[in-house]
Amino acid sequence: MFLSMNWIKDFVDLSGLDEVELIHRFSLSTAEVENEIFFKGKDISGIVVAEIKSVENHPESKKLHLLKVDTGSGELTDVVCGAPNVRVGMKTAFAQLGAKIGDITVTPRKLAGYTSNGMCCSESEIGLSDDHSGIMDITDDVPLGTDIKAVYDVEDIVFEVDNKSLTNRPDLWGHYGIAREFAALAGRPLKPLATDDLTVYDNLPKVDMKIEDTLCKRYSTIKVENIKRNISPVNIRIRLYYCGMRAINFLADLTNYLMLEMGQPMHAFDARRVEKIRIKRFDAPFTFRTLDGVDRNVDENTLMICNDNTPVAIAGIMGGLDSEIVDDTTTLTLESANFDAASVRKSTVRLSHRTDASMRYEKSLDPEMTVPAIGRFLYLLKKYDSDVQVVSCLTDEYAVKFPPVTLHFDQNFVDRYTGISIGSDTIVHTLTGLGFAVTLDGDKYTVDVPSWRITKDVTMNADIIEEITRIYGYDNFEVNTTRSPLYPVRMTDVKNNEEKIKDLLVKKFALHEVHSYVWAYNSELKELGIPVENNVKLANATNPNIETLRNSIIPTQLCQVKSNVSYSPEFGIFEIGRIVEGLDENNLCIEKKKLAVTLFSKNTDVKGLYFRLRDILAAVTETIKHTELEFVPAQPKHSYEHPANLNAVILNGKEIGMVGIAHPVVNKNIDKKGNVVFAEIDMNVFADVKDNGIVYDEPSKYPSIEFDLSLDMPNDVYYSTLKSCWSNEGNGLLKSVKVIDTYDTPLIHRITVRFEFSSNERTLSSKEVQEIILNIAENLKQHRVFVPNLEALINNV
Amino acid sequence: MDKRILDLKSEIEKQLSDLSELAELDKLRVSYLGKKGSITSLLKGMKDLAAEQKKEFGADVNKLKEFAAQKIEEKTKELKDKQIELEIRSMPRFDISAPSNQETGSYHPITLVQRQCETIFKSMGFTVEDYAEVVTDYECFESLNIPKHHPARDMQDTYYLENGQLLKSQTSAAQNAILRKYGPALIKNGTPIRAIFPGRCFRNEATDACHENTFFQMEGVMVDKDISISNLIYFMKTMLSEVFRKDINVRLRPGFFPFVEPGFELDISCLICGGTGCPSCKHSGWLELCPCGMIHPNVLREGGIDPDQYTGFAFGLGLTRLAMMKYGIKDIRDLNSGSLKSLSQFTDDE
Repeated sequence: MFLSMNWIKDFVDLSGLDEVELIHRFSLSTAEVENEIFFKGKDISGIVVAEIKSVENHPESKKLHLLKVDTGSGELTDVVCGAPNVRVGMKTAFAQLGAKIGDITVTPRKLAGYTSNGMCCSESEIGLSDDHSGIMDITDDVPLGTDIKAVYDVEDIVFEVDNKSLTNRPDLWGHYGIAREFAALAGRPLKPLATDDLTVYDNLPKVDMKIEDTLCKRYSTIKVENIKRNISPVNIRIRLYYCGMRAINFLADLTNYLMLEMGQPMHAFDARRVEKIRIKRFDAPFTFRTLDGVDRNVDENTLMICNDNTPVAIAGIMGGLDSEIVDDTTTLTLESANFDAASVRKSTVRLSHRTDASMRYEKSLDPEMTVPAIGRFLYLLKKYDSDVQVVSCLTDEYAVKFPPVTLHFDQNFVDRYTGISIGSDTIVHTLTGLGFAVTLDGDKYTVDVPSWRITKDVTMNADIIEEITRIYGYDNFEVNTTRSPLYPVRMTDVKNNEEKIKDLLVKKFALHEVHSYVWAYNSELKELGIPVENNVKLANATNPNIETLRNSIIPTQLCQVKSNVSYSPEFGIFEIGRIVEGLDENNLCIEKKKLAVTLFSKNTDVKGLYFRLRDILAAVTETIKHTELEFVPAQPKHSYEHPANLNAVILNGKEIGMVGIAHPVVNKNIDKKGNVVFAEIDMNVFADVKDNGIVYDEPSKYPSIEFDLSLDMPNDVYYSTLKSCWSNEGNGLLKSVKVIDTYDTPLIHRITVRFEFSSNERTLSSKEVQEIILNIAENLKQHRVFVPNLEALINNV
Repeated sequence: MDKRILDLKSEIEKQLSDLSELAELDKLRVSYLGKKGSITSLLKGMKDLAAEQKKEFGADVNKLKEFAAQKIEEKTKELKDKQIELEIRSMPRFDISAPSNQETGSYHPITLVQRQCETIFKSMGFTVEDYAEVVTDYECFESLNIPKHHPARDMQDTYYLENGQLLKSQTSAAQNAILRKYGPALIKNGTPIRAIFPGRCFRNEATDACHENTFFQMEGVMVDKDISISNLIYFMKTMLSEVFRKDINVRLRPGFFPFVEPGFELDISCLICGGTGCPSCKHSGWLELCPCGMIHPNVLREGGIDPDQYTGFAFGLGLTRLAMMKYGIKDIRDLNSGSLKSLSQFTDDE
């Protein structure tokens, strides 16, 4: 919203103050002002009122005229002018020699053989409106030669306030409310609005008007005849233009002027079309043509203003074409009303039509304003069109009133909330300046909230704190830390684990952390040949590509791997993110936090890559939980998983996730030469696994004996199932078991294991070790696992 | 001196001077000084000598023995030195000014700024909370003083799900749960509520270089008996100065958010020009950074805390925005792109 300092100064005397500085303070205390401030009229000078004394056609040009112009100096000036509306006796804005318009200085200029000693200006050229159809037609009685700036309010400071920052301030949607803020900031009084005395019409007949639906809180109307004026005074047009509106005709302009001044939208009906005002909703939808000529589909929830049963305006949004002011309108029925904010807002959304009026009604305007606005309207109407006649009394129906708000608080409340000491004088002065009625009794305040602040804005004590502090100025606050007691701060296991995992993966394994979206990306997955699995969907996705929530991070990560294949022949990425696994029995999403890791390599074979990932997972669990991981072959459930190479990851007997190789189809779609492996771990299940901590094992002073066994295993037997073969053997002499080699073909599965034996009391004999090994080998046989050349090996110990 | 001793001495000297291999030197030592060596043998012949001669001969042989041992030791050192010399000369000078391509891992830039913020707040006694991304209407709106049909719901283009839940549009969605989690300890023991909750938020809007539908915020709350606006300014200024590692000026402007009263927009002095005005702050000297305010009494009440006894502040810091400002990331979409060309640069930033 654009605001004019001239307009504000109609209501508060700011003489002697720096206006730009005040605008800046307004931004810090009230609402956000956009950076650029417009200094209107600053870039023009030397433009005076002049009269055209003669007009001759240019002998060689159809467009140009040769004029003699009187600037009041006694001598006539020769001017060549191309405007179509020149006529003898017309007064216009004339740029004399030496005048400045923007960057241009007016000098004598030859036009088609004739010298022009100055220039007649259009309103657009001097920035008073966007009218460039002809030169300015000055009808006011002004002495010739007077500087245009002395006649009209050309010079002004205009600034723009961010509408969003006025959302909660219905009182600031007009200049008068803004002026109240400036008055409070400057510590100067706010002048009352000059209005017409409406009581003098009390004996006139009423307008036939009835509120039939309380979505209309108040409807005030009055009828006026004998309107003669058609074009608005220049100063009114300038203000409208500076504030971003176009002049239309006097009556429409005046309603707009009132809206910009008081924030009260008004509507002028041609009284011939509106004789029996009814405010109501209709039972069925219908089509209605608004004054902008658009046919709009109005539904049964939309409040309408009607002439009996014929709709004439959409309440609070826009009038109808059939009842608008036209050129021969001389009688008007004026609407100054208040409608339910939510209803206007919803109608606006349904109609997809937002207007200056609806924007204001949505904010919950003060219904007390409708009558003073009529008084103000009549005051201005009579001032500029003195023959008008009011032919009805003020007809006012006040259906719904806001209850008054009185607040009680004490000085301690203010001190506690602010953390500083703001004196009671300052508090009383500030609140009074903003229109609150304040009584101070000792340290107790009683505050009556003015009607324009109770509709939504100030309803409780915390709201008063804002009023006091914003005018006091946050820059003036003394800044202090708290005096709260200290307590130890503990992080959750999930959070702790998350940070440790990130550090390990980045620092030890050189993986890259990535982020992605919580939904599946249909098109990218399609490229990889991965169908989007059915899951909870967004109800209002604007992009059909992202309507389904993901149930795993892995498909996302496979897409990310594909988009990075040119980055490096070998890399790994990870993310700790969220997924949704369908709905629970209460119809709520089952949301889970997962760690996903995917490795890609063109250099390492698929087995090496798979084992690298296995080792990464083992390092994570051993570092954070001090517990060994187990892997159990699993059946694939998703299209991207390799049928033969998928394992459940088990920690302390709990399944914490999966690790696997990409399905060959998906793998080839990612890259023909690279290998892809992935793992996904449930962070919450992982967090719940107990950390076994460090268990210190005193190192033996005696030498240890190492013994390597190659195990020939059937394809359906897994190393993880063999632990029982040795875990109970050797009475604590078996110190460690390490896999030192694996050999796999589709037919042979061989693992070489190194057993380490030692005692803390003595040096072991080879015989002791041989016996243990033989027992282990015996146990292995029960799993159909055989040790080739066992006899020879034993004798070598 | 016995001729045999003199001969042996000159023989040793000659042989040593001819010798060039360490292995041969060892053989030489054995041939003279070993059990069956030439010098040892001399002593064996002593029994044939007269008693006086014996004494003299024995002394001379011992001297020869010492002489030989010393010469062999000297030769050993000489040869060893030579060998090291040769080893040194045979090794090339490696040019380590040429880098090898060691792979370094990387953190997501959000992780880096999030950790910095967390570290600062942890040091000031705040807990770090984790919260869901899918939340209910109550969590995201109702509990935050945003009743149904409140215009503030239009301000946020929320992603709703089929089942009526929604993707949280603001980290404030966790406020009610945090107040309920720590409220009892506040009321019972006077333990102030100090918590931050970083998290991912979602807005249903079209994406471009400056707009994302998925972004990170960090919410913070503090509630105690006398938490004031003055405290709020202190914490914001301190935290931001730590994040940017320089003294940051902050200013508050009134801002409207239904869950705070009074509510503020917090600006910081421009990081580029320091406040004198430049293109990146549109010549205002200030950058709008984060909304904050005193927690609305209705929000406290809804969280089980009596607003007449307790006050508190809350703020919502845009972690995504902070990361972009801090690292000069121009396109917000880079953050969720998974593109390692961008992301691999963020190795660490403690």
